[in-house]
This record gives sequence, structure tokens and C-alpha cells, in this order.
Amino acid sequence: MTAPGDPAAPLMPLLSLRSVSKIYGQQLSAVRALDNINLDIEAGEFISITGPSGSGKSTVMSILGCLESPSAGEYRIEGIPVQELPPDTLAVLRNARFGFVFQTFNLLARTSAVENVALPLVYAGVGAGERRRRARAALAAVGLADRCDARPNQLSGGEQQRVAIARAIINNPEIILADEPTGNLDSKRGAEIMQIITDLNHTSGITILMVTHDPAWAAYAPRQVVFRDGHIVDDKGRSS
Amino acid sequence: MFSTFSIAVTALMRNKMRSLLTMLGIIIGVAAVVIMQAMGMGATAYVGEAISGLGTNMLIAAPGASRNFGPPTFGVPLFTLSDVEALQRRAHDLDRVAPVNTRMLRVVAGANNRNVNAAGVTPEYFDIRQWNVVLGRSLTADDNRRAAAVCVIGQTVSDALAINEAPIGKDMRVHDLPCRVVGVLETKGSSAFGMDQDDIVFMPFATFSRRIIGNDRVGTIMASALSENRIDDAKRAMTAILHVRRHIADGEEDDFAVRDPREVQALLQKVTGMLTTVLAGVAAISLLVGGIGIMNIMLVSVTERTREIGIRLAVGARSDDILGQFLIEAMALCVLGGLLGVAVGLGAAFGVAHLIHVPFVLPALAIPIAFGVSVLVGVTFGVFPARKAAHLNPLAALRFE
Repeated sequence: MTAPGDPAAPLMPLLSLRSVSKIYGQQLSAVRALDNINLDIEAGEFISITGPSGSGKSTVMSILGCLESPSAGEYRIEGIPVQELPPDTLAVLRNARFGFVFQTFNLLARTSAVENVALPLVYAGVGAGERRRRARAALAAVGLADRCDARPNQLSGGEQQRVAIARAIINNPEIILADEPTGNLDSKRGAEIMQIITDLNHTSGITILMVTHDPAWAAYAPRQVVFRDGHIVDDKGRSS
Repeated sequence: MFSTFSIAVTALMRNKMRSLLTMLGIIIGVAAVVIMQAMGMGATAYVGEAISGLGTNMLIAAPGASRNFGPPTFGVPLFTLSDVEALQRRAHDLDRVAPVNTRMLRVVAGANNRNVNAAGVTPEYFDIRQWNVVLGRSLTADDNRRAAAVCVIGQTVSDALAINEAPIGKDMRVHDLPCRVVGVLETKGSSAFGMDQDDIVFMPFATFSRRIIGNDRVGTIMASALSENRIDDAKRAMTAILHVRRHIADGEEDDFAVRDPREVQALLQKVTGMLTTVLAGVAAISLLVGGIGIMNIMLVSVTERTREIGIRLAVGARSDDILGQFLIEAMALCVLGGLLGVAVGLGAAFGVAHLIHVPFVLPALAIPIAFGVSVLVGVTFGVFPARKAAHLNPLAALRFE
């Protein structure tokens, strides 16, 4: 393995999938969710992933986010093969380098917005006072400075998704994985969320992967990858 | 660590009723431990007091099989006054010897009457029992020689016959024998077996034998050893003398027994020990069942909160973080149950002690033990559900409906 910054090292993609397949079930009932995928993602990219349901777009997100491992092939983060890492190291990776945004928000119920946002910092070992301060700042950044103590059931869908984005950025990740972030929102709220995500890419340089089935939202991304039946059938606007 | 603890407590507070019901087994188990210890110590203290009230160097000879306590065996010859004299003369480790006969008799004074324990004794009896009068005088050798119709009464009898104002010189009838009260004894309270020792009338032995029961056989012989450390020698001497006087053949079992209060104490401790064992069993079973209940509810909780676990894993919780969260939750349940159990146990022990007039002893040792055991139960039965939570697949947990 070569050290980063070594002039002799070839330029390494931030995330890289090589011949990755994911098979669910066994034998006759086996479903090939991903079939021999190759995908390289450079730091700072904003990529949309589209495709019909069952095309493998959510599976590729789970693998990239270290939530599951491929059945075959290799996934590397900055050249480091992820399969070889123990579960606790994967947890640290998720905590420090990734932020997740889900279609269903996935906030802890009966827990205030500020505590939800601070959750990754609990596992990063940050002290309670510091957690609170940073969580308030993150909520302010998504325009929810005045809703810190509200619980998820007291927030609208758009507000809940903004809390989830605040949680995703609280630990300064390099990559945000957003799985249908606007799927449960009307177009006005959806546009607000898209604006926040786009800003994160433009102003903070965070690498963004966003799964969506709506071509209008996909058009926000400079690079658009299309999945069908576990294959990549199109990859437009790829930075060279 | 602290945040894990506060997560656990918050989760428990959300389901107050369920948490309380889950803790019930632990509460009962720990309460049983505390009650067990408190009652055991209380009973020991009580027996100790009662025994020392008897006089620590007292010996009692009674006819009947030598081994067992229980009702006197019928058909066994009683003792005689010459047995008493022989013991007095020949057993050098003995200080005082007194013949005792007892009967339940009706005592009448004016309009009041009562069935009381009446006893015929010689003056030595009061020395052996270290029992003095608070009013009037005790029985004398002269009373006995003359078979005088006099008696000394206990406080309870004095109260019951409503002669408390001026008992001395009052006439009453004991089983139709007119009898004059010459003294009232100091209060002794209840005996080691819970009988009221003050519910008694004492008469001279001769009066009781000749004028009430009509023979001078001796039911029991009471004696005192010269000192507490000669009690075993005194007991051996008494047994040997009575053995010869009652013509027991060699190798045959004695048809009488000589006992001392330490034996009574040992017997009572055996009974207390048995009760303690039963309560310990109740405590153990209750803690086991309580532990299983906690495991059950923790498994339910893990299933209910699968998505929460998925979210925590996705944002970077390690499996040990999840393990710790659920383990601490189980332990918090047990510790809280343990504390409530200690409170319930102390309350119950205090109430019972008050009710049956036994001293309340704070079971200092039982509290840390109960606490430690409940933590142990929490860990033991919390590990399985917590491991199940910690080893969930993050993606499967996130998608769990």
C-alpha cells in the first residue's frame, strides 16, 4: 500500500468498486442485486444514482456505506480493502467518514432534535457539552435553530429530513450517502432539501451520492449514474 | 459510560408500568433476603434475652424420654421428694434444688376468675429463677413446713383478677382452697416459647401437694449449678444420681432427662434456621424467576427497538456500545428492583417484629448482599438479550419493520 501524498502513487479514487456482485438468497431463489459492478468515485463529486426499483441502486449505497459487504469483488476506500476490516473498524468508518440520509428519516422517536443530531458524537467519544454545542450549530446550518428541543413527531417531514441532514454532517464527514432523501416529501420541501445537499457539495466540498427515482432531482447532480438489473447502463458527466 | 447509563434510564422511564412489573421478581427476592436476615437476627436476639432471663446456670430434670422435646410421656414414674433431697445432699456442683408441680387451676377473687398456671414450689425455686417480689414477701421454708394457705402471684394474674390496687392480704380461692396473697412478683414477660410467664400463681410445695393435688410426687426438679462453667458437671451429677435412684438397668435408656437452657436455645435456633432456609429458597427461586422475567422483557425490548439499534449502528455505534446499553438497562432494572426490595423487606421486617414483639435488628449485611445479588442477576440474564442486540446486522436492523 502506498502512503497518500506519495508522488509515485497513482491517483487513487476516494471510493472504488471492482467487479462487485451482491447476491441475496441461495441457489434457485438467489437474486443477483448487483452484477459485476465497477464504479469509481472521486473526492468532491456529486453523483445521482437512478434506476427502476430492484435495479440495485439501494444495494450499492449500503455497500458503499459499509452497512453490508459485497458477495464478490472488492470495495476500497482510498485504496484500503474494506472487506478485510473488522466490524468495529467499519463502525468507526461510518462514524467518522460517512453521513447517512434516509428516505424515512430514521430519527430516534421521543428524542429531541438536538439529541438526534448529536448521536454520532456520542459514539465518537465527544463530551456532552461539546455535543450540544455542535448539534445546535448543525441545526442552525439547516435552518432549524429554533426547533432544537422539538421531537420528531412535532416536526414536519421536511424538518425531520433537515434534522437527519444535520445528523449526517455533525461529525464532518467526507461522504454523504442519501437514499431517496426527497422520496417522502412534496416538491417544495424536496427542493429545499436538494438545495441544502447541493450547498454541502459546493461550499463544504463533501462528496455526495444520492439515490433517486425522479429525473428532476437527479439533474441536480453533475454526474448521473443509471442502474438497471444490477448493471450500470449509463454514467454521464463523469469527471476524468 | 454516563451517557450509556442515561440512555438506559430514559428507556426504562418510558415504560414505567412494564419496568415495575418486570422488577417484581427481584423486589420479592431481595425483600425475602432482607426479611430472612432481619427475622433471623431478631429471633436470635430475642431468644438470647429470653434465655438469659431464665438464668444461665439453670437445670431442669423431667420424667420422660431423654432425647426429644415435646409433651411429657405418660406412664413414666414422677420424681419423689427424696430424689430432691438426694440431689441436694450429693450433687456438689449444684447450688439450689427445688421440686416443682404445676396444674392449670381456676382462681377466683371476688367476682373475677381466671384459669391460670398454678405451681407448687419451695423457696429455692425463686433463687434458681432469680425472680423477686415487687410487693409483699416471697414464699418461705416456714410456709412450706406448715403447708400454709398462702400464695405469690404474677403481674398478669394481679391485673386479671382486678386486685391490683392492694393485692397483699387479699383472699382468693385456688381450686376451692382459700388462699391469701402474700406477694406479687416482678414482671418477666413472655418466655422463649412465647408464653406469658407472669400468668402464674405460686404456692408452697407442701400446700399444693397435700391440699390441692393430693400426693407429694414431684413433676419436675429445677436446680441451679454453682456457676455457669460447672453446668456440665452439675448436669452429669444430676443424671447419675437420678439414674441410680430410678433403678435404670445398665444399657437401658434413661426414663428422664436433664436439660439446660442452652438446649432450648439450640432448639430454637434450629427452628429459626429452618425458617431461614425456607425463606432463602423463596428468595433464590424469586430471583431466578425475576431474572428470567428480565431476560424476557429485554428480548422484547431488543425486538421493539431493532430500528433504533440499526440507526445507532449506522451512525457509528460499535457492537460493544449496543451491548453496554442493553446490559446497563438490565442492570438498572435489577438495581432499582433491588433497592425497592430492600425498602419493602425492611418495612415488612419492622412491621412483623413490631407485631410479634420481637426486637427489630437492622440486617446490615443483607443489604449489600441483596444489592450485589441483584446486580449479578441483571448481568447474568441481561447478557443474552444484549448480545443479541449487539450482533444485529446494521442494514437488516435499519430495514426492520
